[in-house]
Amino acid sequence: MIRLIDDNNPKAFSLLKQLYPHSGNAFIIGITGSPGVGKSTLIDALIFEFRKLDLKIAVIAVDPTSPFSGGAILGDRLRMQRHASDEKVFIRSMASRGQKGGLSRATKDAAIVLSAMGYEIIIIETVGAGQAEFDIASVAHSIGIVTIPGTGDGIQAVKAGILEIGDIFIVNKNDRPDAQAAVLELKMMLSMRNSNTLGQILNQAPRDKFEICPQKGCSTWAPRVLKTIAQNGTGVKELADTFLSHFDFMKKNNILDLKKKELERIYFNSLLKDLAMGKIELFMQESMDFKDALNQIEAGLVDPITAAEHVVNHLMVTRNLKVQDN
Amino acid sequence: METKNKIRVLIAKPGLDGHDKGAKIVALALRDAGMEVIYSGLHQTLDQIIQTATQEAVDVIGLSIMSGAHLPICEKLMTMMKEKGLEDICLTVGGVIPHQDIPRLKQIGVSAVFPGGTSFEDIVFGMNKLFE
Repeated sequence: MIRLIDDNNPKAFSLLKQLYPHSGNAFIIGITGSPGVGKSTLIDALIFEFRKLDLKIAVIAVDPTSPFSGGAILGDRLRMQRHASDEKVFIRSMASRGQKGGLSRATKDAAIVLSAMGYEIIIIETVGAGQAEFDIASVAHSIGIVTIPGTGDGIQAVKAGILEIGDIFIVNKNDRPDAQAAVLELKMMLSMRNSNTLGQILNQAPRDKFEICPQKGCSTWAPRVLKTIAQNGTGVKELADTFLSHFDFMKKNNILDLKKKELERIYFNSLLKDLAMGKIELFMQESMDFKDALNQIEAGLVDPITAAEHVVNHLMVTRNLKVQDN
Repeated sequence: METKNKIRVLIAKPGLDGHDKGAKIVALALRDAGMEVIYSGLHQTLDQIIQTATQEAVDVIGLSIMSGAHLPICEKLMTMMKEKGLEDICLTVGGVIPHQDIPRLKQIGVSAVFPGGTSFEDIVFGMNKLFE
């Protein structure tokens, strides 16, 4: 089923429609951070903790697709081997297939399937790119950002943006020197997020860019900073507990419902875009206009900018579509 | 929008031999040929291989075997695949495989055998051929 989604098979759509009403009960956790900070190993340890509570867990691990060959090596699983024979743990690797922002388009759809299958916790691991993975905020309910001490890069990786989407910050490889410094620095940066005016707004509405505002008077979640050593499991129990308490917090304060509605809207928007763009692209590429334009560009008769504008305008005119242009 | 079905391959090393360079290099070659490769690493039990192949919905399982145990491993895995209804997945084997064993492997149900010395082109060609 996830395979159909991944391959963008038309059959997937009708199946998704059937499954959608049954999804929505899972708690979706996003894990992001630079390559090599230990996301996979940490998730492996998290699975272990969640399994102790007898929760059913699914993991979607996204790895990059080569922009040149379209192929991919999916190796996150390698670090989650010990759960391979546990039937209540489902691990699926996905290739990013050209999507930026660290998530494959199919990830959201896959999460719907897994949720409908009754997995209580879904962990999504993004491509380890680091600084531009905001997409995760449009899928996950709670976001963990993993960093490591000692490189200065640990802070580098949680600069603007990523700092704003995190609910829980994890300093992994805490046995390294400088771990305390990294924790302090993170806490300091997070406290700035809370104290100035901008930070105040962010604190009121952790996803202000998606306009999620908890009702007035309700308390807000202060981002936590935790220390772990994923390799031997140190601190991972606290991390699992913190994720669960964030979930409870959101439930109690009515934030979860708002967030879910917001995520639903984002999903709807992206579906619209995908469906419309797919159809329009096909349509345009078959049109004479498009072929003419391509020839003209190749012949150096027209620049690509003018040509693109012309093709789109012409399409709008012939199809009698009118949009107010700014 | 991409609608072309990508070939998904699971590369696994069953058993105890600890040489995974070959498996890694083949994984890279397949990636460069546009396939999605799930690399599961060393010391896989057959149960793990079956579980991974199921969850990852792969088209091909590529085993790398240099221990000489290719015949019993393939035989057992093939039986397990049939039990789990995974007959659609093609089983392929590479590594140290004596040529005289190839007919026997094919008889067991292995789709393709790429013994040591097979060129990348031949592996990629052979893999693609399975899905024509």
